[in-house]
Amino acid sequence: MELSGGEILIQFLKDEGVEYVFGYPGGSVLHIYDALYGQDELKHILVRHEQAATHAADGYARATGKPGVVLVTSGPGATNAVTGIATAFMDSIPMVVITGQVPTPVIGSDAFQEVDAIGITRPCVKHNFLVKDISKLADTLKKAFHIASSGRPGPVVVDIPKDVTDPMVKIPYSYPKTVEMRSYNPVTKGHGIQLKRAADLILSAKRPMIYSGGGVVLSNAAAELRDFTRLLGYPITQTLMGLGAYPASDKQNVGMLGMHGTYEANMAMHECDVLIAIGARFDDRVTGKLAEFCPTARIVHIDIDPASISKNVKVDVPIVGDVKLVLTELNKLLTESSSKPDETAKTKWWAQIDEWRGKRCLEYDRQTDVIKPQFVIETLSRLTGDVDTYVTSDVGQHQMWAAQYYDFDEPRRWINSGGLGTMGFGLPSAMGVQLAYPDATVACVTGEGSIQMCIQEMSTCKQYGLPIKIINLNNRYLGMVRQWQEFTYEERYSMSYMEALPDFQKLTEAYGHVGMKIEKRSDVEGALKEALALKDRLVFLDFITDRTENVYPMVEAGKAHHEMRMPADRELA
Amino acid sequence: MTRHIISILMENESGALSRVAGLFSARGYNIESLTVAPTEDSSLSRMTIVTTGSDEIIEQIKKQLNKLIDVVKLIDLTEAGHIERELALIKLRADNANDRDELKRLSDIFRGHIVDVTPESYVVELTGTGGKIDGFLEALGDRCVIEVVRSGTSGIGRGDRSLDL
Repeated sequence: MELSGGEILIQFLKDEGVEYVFGYPGGSVLHIYDALYGQDELKHILVRHEQAATHAADGYARATGKPGVVLVTSGPGATNAVTGIATAFMDSIPMVVITGQVPTPVIGSDAFQEVDAIGITRPCVKHNFLVKDISKLADTLKKAFHIASSGRPGPVVVDIPKDVTDPMVKIPYSYPKTVEMRSYNPVTKGHGIQLKRAADLILSAKRPMIYSGGGVVLSNAAAELRDFTRLLGYPITQTLMGLGAYPASDKQNVGMLGMHGTYEANMAMHECDVLIAIGARFDDRVTGKLAEFCPTARIVHIDIDPASISKNVKVDVPIVGDVKLVLTELNKLLTESSSKPDETAKTKWWAQIDEWRGKRCLEYDRQTDVIKPQFVIETLSRLTGDVDTYVTSDVGQHQMWAAQYYDFDEPRRWINSGGLGTMGFGLPSAMGVQLAYPDATVACVTGEGSIQMCIQEMSTCKQYGLPIKIINLNNRYLGMVRQWQEFTYEERYSMSYMEALPDFQKLTEAYGHVGMKIEKRSDVEGALKEALALKDRLVFLDFITDRTENVYPMVEAGKAHHEMRMPADRELA
Repeated sequence: MTRHIISILMENESGALSRVAGLFSARGYNIESLTVAPTEDSSLSRMTIVTTGSDEIIEQIKKQLNKLIDVVKLIDLTEAGHIERELALIKLRADNANDRDELKRLSDIFRGHIVDVTPESYVVELTGTGGKIDGFLEALGDRCVIEVVRSGTSGIGRGDRSLDL
């Protein structure tokens, strides 16, 4: 079969099993868009801004585990995509981004819409390729998908100059089924001796703590993690990226840890004697002050990326490997082992944890008629608990409340930008999720600041009939900034509020969707029920919430886990 | 803080050098020198990086380098017996008989070669460890040095220790 470069790209994506391409056409990719025309096997979603294309592909990838695919033009197409690429990179999300490039003879001449896409994206991709020769196109694409989705996943950019996709130049094409790279062979199986050492240390614990992260979700190891945790009967805390891998509603779950973690999770981290880190990377928002991080713990760390091990925190038993394979091996060792966890110590430890739980750190004012943001999330969680629901979020206070008050019982249901903290992520990522699961309920929890960073995507939602439920926690403040300014800048609220907010209800209606404005606590449940019942419509719920509510508990930057600011501290002050 | 010489074999692809250089600048690692050239296998380049850092930092540098997709293999030469060499070309002012004699003698002592002679100048070629070249420059003082160009360090393991596929 003789195909042009553009046709090779489209045929390859079909052969690779790609369902959706999120993109935006432009000069350098016109040959590719022409090759896309008149077929419906590979579906193209036309976004309104290239940043949204990357976020939508990212949301699709997080929800399905399959790599998201993006197609954008050269120059501004590529630069607009960078935020979404960096977002995926920080959270290790598999993604292949195809950027058009000016024709090879004019590369380097400051041609129209030319940027060095390879140079610009280099620090925020797992790898990138410039394809200068049509004969290398198919193999390079195969490598890109392989690299993006194996080992520690991540985004891969493939930059294709326009002449490489010239419809007049055709070469024979066959789908490259295999890929071989001498320089890239990620280790997936844990080292036997290390596994044995880990099992011994885990079983010797008196005050154990399991700390699991996004790696468990990425490696599809939720079942193995559940077996592991239940087998031992140890407490488990999950990072922002790991929520759902272990059911939130299970009694062994002590909630999220870190800057806005629960009192019990952070205290247990501080007091534990053996820490079992699984697919988590000791991010600064998780560890707090490094010098006082888990001061009495010996640490086991399971991670597929050797560079994540002992990067921020020195560990005692490192295991490099795929979490799923390592946990499978470890579960076998633990079951077969003659020693068992110390039940007396465990009972004592759980009694201590229950005492910490008694602090009820997520309590908030339930009497007031003002809409508390926590109440909105709790109600959403209750109303959607028994249906297949995905929650995406933007970045800020609403993100933390969603993480704290929504009970995620399954992996891949909680979709947010953890590492990069990208405002604008919520709505476009929800589009990717909704396309992957057309029948599922997809809620985007956002705020009036974040939503405006990609609000134009309501137009894309209209074009493709995506019935997303946008939960806007509108406090008329850039809430997280305002909170930090209250705590550490003596209430100097520099640029943390916006004047001239749009009427979101009318704006939504202008885009052809349903808008609702909710101002009373007593209307929250009814509005949510009404919106959820509108199965085939996008509904924007503008909740006018308490202006100055804060996210608690809070371990401020530079503080240790046990130095949490609690809600009561504010009332006392 | 210790000094390490890290040698890597990389795919001979365009942009490979910038991936390494970018890694060092993005993560704030020290880089004393970096040399790169193709090997006997034209599909591979060999890069020698001299860096300093604590044990933890050096460990991270090696892990991060290994993580680069283009890196095929890596060794830390300073972990065991190795030979390191740097080439320097040094242009000296030599416009009177006294200086010319003295510079020739000094160059001989350091086993340098004078590879270019004009009535006003010498160019000395000198090979050795970085320390030896530093020593020569110190012995010269700055009065007669016009220009110095150093290649950066290259290195190879002793005996059967080698970096190959």
